[in-house]
Amino acid sequence: MNAVMHDTGTQALLTVEHLTMQFGGLIAINDVSFEANPREITAIIGPNGAGKTTLFNCLTGFYKPTVGRLALHHPQRGRFLLERMEGYDIPAHAGVARTFQNIRLFPEMSVLENLILAQHNKLMRASGFTFAGLLGLPMYRDAEKKAIDLARYWLDHINLTERADWNAGNLPYGDQRRLEIARAMCTEPVLLCLDEPAAGLNPKESSELNQLLTYIRDEHGIGLLLIEHDMSVVMGISDHIVVLDYGRMISSGTPEFIRNDPAVISAYLGEEESDDDTDIPSGGV
Amino acid sequence: MSEAAAASITPTRDMLRDAGLMAVVVFGLSFSLVGFKIEDVPGGLAILTRFDGVFFATALAFLGRIGVIMLREQRALPIAITALPTAVIILLLQLFAGDLDPERTYPFRSTVVNWSLFSVTLAMSLRAIWLTWHHGGAARSRDAREKAMDLVGAKVQDAARFIGPALLGFALILPFLPFADRRLLDIGILVLTYIMLGWGLNIVVGLAGLLDLGYVAFYAVGAYSYALLAQYFDLGFFLALPLAGILAAFAGILLGFPVLRLRGDYLAIVTLGFGEIIRIILLNWYTFTGGPDGISGIPRPTFFGLELSKRASDGGDTFHTFFGLTYSPIDRIIFLFYLILAMAMLTNLFTLRIRKLPIGRAWEALREDEIACRSLGMNPRNTKLTAFSIGAMFGGFGGSFFATRQGFISPESFTFIESAVILAIVVLGGMGSQLGVVFAAILLIGLPEFFRELQQYRMLAFGLAMVMIMVWRPSGLLAHREPTLRLHPPPGKGSVK
Ligand SMILES: Nc1ncnc2c1ncn2[C@@H]1O[C@H](COP(=O)(O)OP(=O)(O)OP(=O)(O)O)[C@@H](O)[C@H]1O
Ligand SMILES: [Mg+2]
Repeated sequence: MNAVMHDTGTQALLTVEHLTMQFGGLIAINDVSFEANPREITAIIGPNGAGKTTLFNCLTGFYKPTVGRLALHHPQRGRFLLERMEGYDIPAHAGVARTFQNIRLFPEMSVLENLILAQHNKLMRASGFTFAGLLGLPMYRDAEKKAIDLARYWLDHINLTERADWNAGNLPYGDQRRLEIARAMCTEPVLLCLDEPAAGLNPKESSELNQLLTYIRDEHGIGLLLIEHDMSVVMGISDHIVVLDYGRMISSGTPEFIRNDPAVISAYLGEEESDDDTDIPSGGV
Repeated sequence: MSEAAAASITPTRDMLRDAGLMAVVVFGLSFSLVGFKIEDVPGGLAILTRFDGVFFATALAFLGRIGVIMLREQRALPIAITALPTAVIILLLQLFAGDLDPERTYPFRSTVVNWSLFSVTLAMSLRAIWLTWHHGGAARSRDAREKAMDLVGAKVQDAARFIGPALLGFALILPFLPFADRRLLDIGILVLTYIMLGWGLNIVVGLAGLLDLGYVAFYAVGAYSYALLAQYFDLGFFLALPLAGILAAFAGILLGFPVLRLRGDYLAIVTLGFGEIIRIILLNWYTFTGGPDGISGIPRPTFFGLELSKRASDGGDTFHTFFGLTYSPIDRIIFLFYLILAMAMLTNLFTLRIRKLPIGRAWEALREDEIACRSLGMNPRNTKLTAFSIGAMFGGFGGSFFATRQGFISPESFTFIESAVILAIVVLGGMGSQLGVVFAAILLIGLPEFFRELQQYRMLAFGLAMVMIMVWRPSGLLAHREPTLRLHPPPGKGSVK
């Protein structure tokens, strides 16, 4: 917890400064700096291999950045320097939650259990680190009830209340994606990092996802970082866009600005020759 | 796969070659293993030859392989015609040929081999008959089988509510049933010990998914803790029991730290090494543990301070004088039986309870996906260490019981094979299934102990059971997971008609 510092007056939720991540000779992220604000969706886009997932891995403590500072301003708890924290402390204390590009649920456990597990630290304390729980003290039972209430709240928002007792692995793909988002929200984060949440969704599911993300932004007031290839999602809901290419930040600004930025267009057009899946950013709203 | 196999029929030449290959392998193995036997005859050792056995084994392997191939391709009629008479002949020979020659049994010298052969041929002929009956019916696919078995698992788990208490009730009255002699109670104690160890290891392997091949180390730590505490500090069993548990838990943490980053095979190998290290320390630290001589004269447990022996060592009351009963040596066995029953039930209740607490759920989550656990703010290190230490603690309790029951321990009791047996019980029963452990322990410990002739085939049966489980049901016999908490009442239960 020595990473907590006192508020220095900056209003940004997340401040990334000179972030560099090197794997041997490969520089996956090269001197990237940007800010993300609360109540905003900040999209991170870029061709395959641009370093988007690596950025998330640095933010959530899976990688230690080679160089750079990742400062998170938590409205209640003060400032955290994420690059100095243990991976599992980042969601627990700094309030950064994430989802994965390849869904990582607990497939053999029920939907509800997945959501309860996201509240592990809270429940662990309430169970008196298991001792009170073993004795069945009311303190723990109340906490468990509250945890179920929070889980139910999110289940209602992703339309999975009916299937709360299913094994998570038996859900259709789209539901698994939304469940992973709900699970991340159950950690009660201030910054939610979503790695390609719309990948593999059909248009209907994709638009439901848009609604869910804007709901989270507007009603919960937290900041979202969104990696996405689907430009209709990106242009439709993001407030701010950061464009990465070969580890460098080539542009950043409003959707309107990015759409017309020649650097971005050329990066994507260059990509277009080898990869047909990627939409051109100007492709529509 | 089955459809493809059914469509294509192996040419006779390929089939013969396949079966011939099998026969060669069996011949090579059985020539040295079965063909020669060293016997103690008056005046030294003699080598007996049993080439008839080699011949029959090879022939049976050849025919059996052809049978398997044909059955797989649904050419059932020839099998039905040949396998059934074979089964009948084997049965008749086993049952009646003994009258001709009391020296040996027929067709083979071992009744177990004969019975197994009979069951295999019978199973093959039944399958063949079934296939002929439902002609052309495709064999059930692996997926369908898994589903069906899972349903069985679910049903059993459903029934566990009744089976569990029923088994417990049976165990409670067992010592007073008319057929409960000393031998049966001894077997019962042994089975219960393994059930308890199985439940303890289930926490580590079944819930947390950490493959531990060195569980016997904690069993040894518990046994030696009690023996040494009794020897050096004169502690009684019930005082030493919690201490032994704590020491074993500590050993669990000691093992846990270096293996935090390992998973799967690597973890298995390191834990295996840990088990050996503990045994070798016990063997070589002569001045402290007595080395290979072991520790003898370990005090028996007392009933609230009353000894269960003919005469109290300090000249005071014993159990039977205190309650005005006549002394019977079986009292002590009955007491041990109830003691281990209580300890096993404690392990069971603890596991059932902790599974529904955050730490238990975290263990299961860790088994499912460690990276996801980290992303939710769980501390994988602490979670793993608690699993190791709590599993170890129950191993330690079991070890203390072992020490007090035997009255003598030496490192020989704590070899790798014990770890393997306990792990086999957990895996066979179905990881995480409490009732599965009970059945597996009865199957793997109780039966061979009861039918002594099976004893020498125990390892063979172990291996066979393991291979069959891996082929048919990799998740274990009764594997079926119930969620630890539900939003809706389970189907068919909450609804009242
Ligand atoms: N652990 C690692 N070791 C070595 N190289 C890595 C590692 N992780 C990522 N990389 C490399 O870093 C580069 C960026 O990868 P990253 O996964 O961040 O791309 P991305 O922008 O998420 O791409 P995509 O759109 O395909 O998901 C790639 O060249 C990748 O091979
Ligand atoms: Mg990626």
